[in-house]
Formats: sequence, C-alpha cells, structure tokens
Amino acid sequence: MTTFASFWSRRKTNFGSIVSTALSRSNIVRAQGPLRVACLTALTTLILPPFGAEPSESPREFRWAGDPEGGAPFVEADPAQPDKLVGFDVEIAELIARRLGRQTSFINITFTSIDQSIERGDAEIGLSGIEDTPARRAAMAPTVPYYRFREVLSVRDGDATRWRTLADLRGRRVGTLGGTIAYETLLRAEREFGIHAVSYDDDVHPYSDLVIGRVDAVLLDNVLAERRARALPGFVIQPQSVAIGHYVGVLASRNAGLRDQINEILRNAMRDGTLEQIFRKWRVWNDDQPALHAQVLAGEPIAADKGLATANTTTVLSAWQATLRYLPSLLRASVVTIVLSCLAMALAVVLGISIASGRVYGSAPTRKLLTGYVEIMRGTPILLQLFVLYYGIADMIRLPAFAAALAGLALNYAAYESEIYRGALEAVPAGQLEAARILGLSERRVLTLVRGPQAFRLALAPMTNDFVALLKDSSLVSVLTVLELTKQTQIFATNIGSWIIPGLLCAALYLAMSLPLAALARRLERRWKAATA
Amino acid sequence: MNNGMLRVREVNLFRSQRRVLAGVTFDVARGELVALMGPSGIGKTTVLRVIAGLETFQSGTVHVEELALNGGDDHAPATLQQLHAKVGMVFQFHHLFEHLSVLKNVWLAPVYARGIPQREAELRARELLAVLGVEHRATALPRELSGGEAQRVAIARALAVDPALLLLDEPTAALDAGRRAELRDLLRSLTHEGRTLLVATHDEDFARHCATRVLRVFDGRVSEDSAS
Repeated sequence: MTTFASFWSRRKTNFGSIVSTALSRSNIVRAQGPLRVACLTALTTLILPPFGAEPSESPREFRWAGDPEGGAPFVEADPAQPDKLVGFDVEIAELIARRLGRQTSFINITFTSIDQSIERGDAEIGLSGIEDTPARRAAMAPTVPYYRFREVLSVRDGDATRWRTLADLRGRRVGTLGGTIAYETLLRAEREFGIHAVSYDDDVHPYSDLVIGRVDAVLLDNVLAERRARALPGFVIQPQSVAIGHYVGVLASRNAGLRDQINEILRNAMRDGTLEQIFRKWRVWNDDQPALHAQVLAGEPIAADKGLATANTTTVLSAWQATLRYLPSLLRASVVTIVLSCLAMALAVVLGISIASGRVYGSAPTRKLLTGYVEIMRGTPILLQLFVLYYGIADMIRLPAFAAALAGLALNYAAYESEIYRGALEAVPAGQLEAARILGLSERRVLTLVRGPQAFRLALAPMTNDFVALLKDSSLVSVLTVLELTKQTQIFATNIGSWIIPGLLCAALYLAMSLPLAALARRLERRWKAATA
Repeated sequence: MNNGMLRVREVNLFRSQRRVLAGVTFDVARGELVALMGPSGIGKTTVLRVIAGLETFQSGTVHVEELALNGGDDHAPATLQQLHAKVGMVFQFHHLFEHLSVLKNVWLAPVYARGIPQREAELRARELLAVLGVEHRATALPRELSGGEAQRVAIARALAVDPALLLLDEPTAALDAGRRAELRDLLRSLTHEGRTLLVATHDEDFARHCATRVLRVFDGRVSEDSAS
C-alpha cells in the first residue's frame, strides 16, 4: 500500500527518529517536569504532521501501527474528515486500548514495513489486515486470529465464465498486493500453472488495471475485493475461493505478555459480540466469522495461512534456505534493474543532448520551451511523473508497465543530463570554436567535431554519477508493478520477517552493478584526461 | 579593387560604450606582407578579428576581394562561409584542437569544410608539416608541443585550407631569436606564392626585417608608418 502517502509515512517515521535523536542530544531532554513536557509537546506539534504521532514514553498511550493508504475497510482516512481515521482495525485498536485502560496513538507505517517497525519498537501492535503466516508466527508474537478471509479471484465481467480458477489463467497476468500470502500463491501458480504474477504496492490499482486490461485477474482478500466491487464496475468475484486466511494483530516477540493480554481482550470481544458489531458495521461479517470465533474460544489450533492448498512454500525456512530460494528471483530482478537503467540512461543521454543543443543553438522560443521542460521535470517528483505516465494518462495511452517505467526515468533524467551537457558545451573555450569557424567548418561540424567531443569529456564524470543515481532511482518503478531489485528484496524481507540477509544481498547486487560502471567511467576519464590535459 | 586584397573603410567598434576602433581605414594589396604594429592592448587583435568576421562592428565596411562585411549588421552565415574560404587566421594562443592529434588538426578542415578526400588531405597535411619542420610531431597532441611547434602547427592548419589572406596574431610571441628568423623566412616564402599576409605584432625587429609595409595602430586608428 505504497504511494505518495507511504513515502510520506516513511518520512514521518524517519523524521520521528530524527526528532527523538535531536531531543535526546539536546538540553530539552535534561529539562524537568512541566518544562520538558511543554518543550516536547511544542516540538512534536510543530514538526510532526497528522497521523504521525511520535512514539511516546507514556504508559497511558497504546501505540498501534497501520497503513491508511488504500486501507479501507481496515484503516483509512475518513473521507468526510481526512484527519480522522476509520475502519474496523481502527475500532479494534480502540477496543483493545479501552480495555487496557489506555488511549490509542496511531503510527502511520507502510504496509510492508509494519513487522519491522513493530520489532524495532515504533508501536506496540500492528493492525492493518495483517495475515497470520508461519514466518510471522516464528519471528513475531501475533495475536489470535480475529477475522477469517478468503483469497478470491476477480476477473473482468466478460471473462467470468472462462477464467474461474488460477489454472485457467495460463500465460495471463494476475495482479495482487506484494508481500502477501496472495503473492506467494501467485508465485507458486507461476510455476504450476504458467500464470504471470504482477506485484502491486497497493490494493486499489490492481482492480483499476484489471478493468482497463493491464492485468487479466486479481487475487486478493474477499474483504478488499468486495469493497472495490462496490465502487468500481467492470469485474466480478469468482465464488470459489483460492485459499483461506486470517487477520491477526502483530506484536514484537519480546512483547508476548502484552500479546496474551490482548488475546484475552479479543476473546472477550468475540464472546460478548463486540467484534461482531464492529464487523457488521463495516459490512464484512459473514458465515466464516462465527466458525472462527468458536474455534478461537474453544482453544482449537488454527493453522497459519499457507496460500494454495498443500503449499509448503510458506513453512518457516532457515535463513540459508530462504536465501537459496530467493536468490534466483533477486538475480532476475537485478537483470530488470540493469536493463531498465541502461535503456533509460541511453534514452536520457540522447534526449539530453538534443535538449542541450536546442538550448545552446535554438531560437528564443525553442530555448524557452526547452527551459520550461527542464524546470518542470526537475521541479516535480519523479514518482509523480511515473504515476501520471502509468495511471494518469491510461485513458488516452495505455503504456505497458515497463515502457512507462522506461519513459518516466528517461524523461526525468533527460532534464538533468541536458543541464550537464549544456554546462559542458558552454565550458568549451571560445577560442576552440573560433578556430573551427574560421577554418570554414559549419556550425553543425563545429558541434560534432570540436565542441561536442570536448564537452563530452567534461560531462563524463557527472554523467557517471547520474547513471549510478539512476540505477538506484529505478527502484521507484516498483510502484508501476515492475518487479526490480529493491521491490523483490522488500518481498523477500517481508516474507522472512527480517531485512538483514535481504538487505545485504540487495546491497551486494547493487554494488556489483554500480562498481564496475564507476570503474569503467574512471578509466575512460583517465584516458581522455591524459589525451587532453 | 584591381590588385586589392583587403580594403578597410571607417570601421568603428565600441565595447560597453568604449571606442575600441575609431574610423580604421587602410588597404592591403595582393601579395603584400603588412605588419600591424602597436603596443599590447591597443586594438591590433581586434582589427584582425573584425577582418576575420569574428567581431561585428557598429559602422564602416571591410572588403576582402569583392566580399563585403558591413558595420551595424550581424554577418550572415553565408557571408561568413564565403569569407572563411578566403581568410585564414593564426591565433596568438594557437587554439589547436585539444582533443585531436597534430595531423588531424591539420586535415580536419580540408576534409569537413572543403570536401577533400581524407587520404588526399592527410598527404597534404604531412607535406605542410614537413615544410614547417614539425612532421615528426604528427601523432602528438597539442599539449605535448613546445610554443614554437604549436605555432608552426597552427600555421600549417591555417594553410591547409589555402586562404588567400592569412592573418597572424603576435606570431613571434612564443619564439626565441632563432625561431623568429625561421618564421620570417617562412612568411616571406608564403608571399612569394602570391598569398597576402597581415601580421599583428609589437616586435619592431621582426616587422622591419619581414614586412613589405608597416601600419601603426594608435588610439583606435590605423595609420601608415612614416618610416616604412
């Protein structure tokens, strides 16, 4: 569930840490009593935006984490009052806090980072439609399941009779939310049925892409599918469920005591009907829930969610097993990253040279037009440009994800490249140009034979720098469902519940791509500098 | 303009309201070697740049053979193209193309400006370098040359496109006495080929022994040297 808000939420989390660090290093932390409270409150109010409540030391607060981006009906900003959160997970958090005698304090965390954030202590519990997986049971302290959901397949209205199951979708693109049991299920279906799994960062765009034909089916929780079906016409939910799963609250493994207290609260809420009231209010109560509640209250064991029936892919793996299992997909994602980066850079260089030439040699209107382009592309976030290219203009031009990613990166980097080339062209000494002109060379020949080659040598170092930056910025295209290295690493980390091995592997692969590039550029620079110094 | 190669009339040039050239008027006949004398900073280089079409001027005219450059206009690209087919220039600081070898510096313009086949242009370039005594530096880069070598390569580059009028700016600045004598002989030999040379210099000795005529630049004006 990542879009702008999740970037913001990430920033908020980081900002919170920065504020904490700053406070702990300042005199404010040494201030006592009311003065300290006043200082902290004032700073927190000034710096932190809505939803971004800073973790507090007060035991009266019950800090819970969720992702409101596309989070209905779990956690979402109330459309009528955007600074207020609503959703059944919000009400469950409030129920738990009330029965613990505490007050809720919400921490906004990207969906795929909730486990890590809980483990590091940003919040005490994560509640945001979090699945009860074996990995989560092994690494965290999840609560008892409080809701049973079904993974259901949605297809366009016209395909309802021919695509009923995953097995019917050979060669077709099936979308889902990354880092979920549904995604694991699709990865397994890739091997078993030959489908093509498409990972999204949120649970809204899979359905809009389904309707416009970018994917042929969506596999997601019935809660999400039913909610989207009410708002978006054009698709149907197949009645046969692919898998059954459960939502849990997730706590840090060291917090088992609090987890047990919360389990008791949830059981009581099942007994006294409070949970049923909440779910009915959000129109998600169905026949599966009484059965689940009866099982929980009877103390019957409930299996962790495993995706496809008989799947053994989600059993708890050792770090080594997990690494071996994910390494091929990380390598494939690295290929996507390097191919995308190389193509985007090549396009950016060609476009950048054209823009720079137009700005140096063009007529006044051409120069103004190109300057406007450069300022717009440099002055707006690349993420926004990617969204506009992929989703914003989808009604007019329906670009495939890779093409949109390539175009987005190339168009954005072309603006930066053009400034490098313009600066380099203007840095070539005037005497060189005059010497060329007086020999009778045309302006085009002056550019291609004298000015261009000399400018290129000046531009090489900043170009290399930009290429390395592009290699890393290519991770942003995961928002367009392109499964590149960072996204694949995130999925890996989410599924094993740790960032250590995935992070190290990912860093090693990025370095393996960028270091040779930097070395090659240094070699070229040395050679050309030696030739012209 | 029967035997006239260059005719400069009432050229006025201002820079930021400062008058640099004040009604410059003079003629140079075909085959002459004229020295343009005067202390540094007096405007000798500006006169050469005006003739070469590298500077626009506010009023007056410059004729190179029948081709006219008029004051008050930006020179049209077609005019400059015709001008540069007639006029060559050797800059004080040479401005050899830093990224190209000596040989390529010399054959570049014949190939890409005059359309001469590269093989032929390369042969001619080697000949010119040999005449100027720097053939052994053909593969060197400009940064590897001494001041005298760079000067001779710059002359070879200018001669490679066979200009009727060759402008030289302070050609002796980087040369010792022996090299100056060699250069003097070289420039004289060029006039024997029917080429016209206008040399800006503040080197009295060089001008006296080399030039057929001396012009003095002073206070933005050009006047005939009374001693010449």
